[in-house]
Amino acid sequence: MALKATGETRDKNQQWGRVNAFLGKYGIVLILLAMILAFSLLSEGFFTARNIFNIIRQISFMGLIAIGVTMVIITGGIDLGSGSVLALTAVLATSLAQIQTSATLKYPGLEVPVIVPIVVALGVGALTGVINGSLIAKFKIPPFIATLGMMTVARGFALIYSNKPLSQLTPEYNFIGQGALFGIPFPVILLILVAVVIHVMLNNTPFGRYIYALGGNEQAARISGVNTDRVKIGVYTLAGLLSGLAGLVVSSRVGSGQPGQGMGIELDAIAAAVIGGTSLSGGIGTIWGTIVGALIIGVLDNGLILLNVDQYWITIVKGTIIVVAVIIDQRKNR
Amino acid sequence: MTATTELTSVNPAAQGQPIIRLTNVTKRFGGLTAVSDVSMEIYPGEVVALAGDNGAGKSTLIKMISGVYKPDEGHIYLADREITMASPMEARSLGIETIYQDLALCENLDATVNIFLGREPMKRMFGVFKQVDRRHMLTESKTVLDRLDITIPNLRRPIRQMSGGQRQAVAIARAVYWNAKLVIMDEPTAALGVPEQRKVHELVKTLKSQRVPVIIISHNLQDIFAVADRIIVMRRGQKVGDVMASEVDGDDLVGLMVGAGEA
Repeated sequence: MALKATGETRDKNQQWGRVNAFLGKYGIVLILLAMILAFSLLSEGFFTARNIFNIIRQISFMGLIAIGVTMVIITGGIDLGSGSVLALTAVLATSLAQIQTSATLKYPGLEVPVIVPIVVALGVGALTGVINGSLIAKFKIPPFIATLGMMTVARGFALIYSNKPLSQLTPEYNFIGQGALFGIPFPVILLILVAVVIHVMLNNTPFGRYIYALGGNEQAARISGVNTDRVKIGVYTLAGLLSGLAGLVVSSRVGSGQPGQGMGIELDAIAAAVIGGTSLSGGIGTIWGTIVGALIIGVLDNGLILLNVDQYWITIVKGTIIVVAVIIDQRKNR
Repeated sequence: MTATTELTSVNPAAQGQPIIRLTNVTKRFGGLTAVSDVSMEIYPGEVVALAGDNGAGKSTLIKMISGVYKPDEGHIYLADREITMASPMEARSLGIETIYQDLALCENLDATVNIFLGREPMKRMFGVFKQVDRRHMLTESKTVLDRLDITIPNLRRPIRQMSGGQRQAVAIARAVYWNAKLVIMDEPTAALGVPEQRKVHELVKTLKSQRVPVIIISHNLQDIFAVADRIIVMRRGQKVGDVMASEVDGDDLVGLMVGAGEA
């Protein structure tokens, strides 16, 4: 009898282990679905195709930054500069994409193909990443400090470059944020494309594996022959590039580049990554988790607004959810 | 000095050419001479323990063989060819594999990824995109673990979830997979329970039976006597003993390590 009882307990324990493993992996999706269900019941306007697309479009640029910061966090780092880099690339790009009749025309007489502002935004974004990565890898500056510096420096440059919004942009430029292909908003296509490419890269290329190795045990990675400096610089460069892409998307979405854009977006992006299961101690995280995390933030923002919840309460709810997500993460890793 | 000559003896098991030979190797750090004029040879299929108190120069000596440090004086020969290594990676490419005390595994990743870390096999997807060949990694990992008689139920589990013995086994498998000519282990049993220590001893014997020489750094006399054929004793940077394990006991060894009889 006693034997049988222990056998049963073990079976039960195993079952619970499996349930826990399932929840650990997909619990976040269940939370998202529960939120969608709740808001659908509470608000009529929530579960409509228009609103759902709206949510995805709203999170698209934050999602791009979140994908970048996810890679950075997996290496054991952090990127606080992405919002400011977004603003810097936005004003740089829009200054090269204004129509000649614009009231805030920065360069009268200058007309360049749309590829120029795109290349400038991506290039400058990547350059900020190279600087971050080099400071961290070569000068051994903690990522928090290096990117905090970038946060204020890039914002400063954005304000020096243009202290007013640069608006009235060419239709080609505006297509990036406002256009659609096959009925799907272009920013959403960009987000999906970037997510898939980065997901494949993380899982199937040596560079991707080294990103995880770096966060797991940097010394081990180095001893194994991984060029850890190069991986670090590469990761911050990719994150910077994605901030530049987000700068293009935001400014073309609203039809103007503003030095104040993207303020605080880096924190939403970090929150999306953490809610999606990326561990701030490094080594753990997935792109699909981050996308789900970004969707949770987007659904929360959108749903609470539709329910006429006060904006201040929304920030309180978001903050609480982030802390709870970290608590769950820590318990899981124990 | 007399103690050194008295206790130096030739290993009857050692045959043929030494795998690795050090001649008059010296390493200084500023004014401190960490290793002074050490010569030694390691033969195929031999397990050599490197014994000595803390600060005796064991680790520095090993790090010169594993490519971390460059000797200031002296030469290192691998199978009769002089080698100079600029990095641990270079030493590994020559077949000198080191298993570090802290294991140097990425605990967030699984055994197969760790075994291949830094040297991932690639395949082409649709003949175009190069990508990491995970299936190859899994089958090869199984093969090498079988060869070492190691059973790890789920190779896809992160190292974090494994026991200390299993981790050590993965670290050893990783060294062996790359056809190591020489395996160096730094305190391999330091963090392990007794059954796991025994498993590591077995693994060392398996390596020996496959004629891979092993150098073990250890303070642990049990470790040393369980596996070593020969014991090289270091004290204050110098080699003070090179003895057959079967010809000495623990007291002799401690005497050499602390320099008893010198006064």
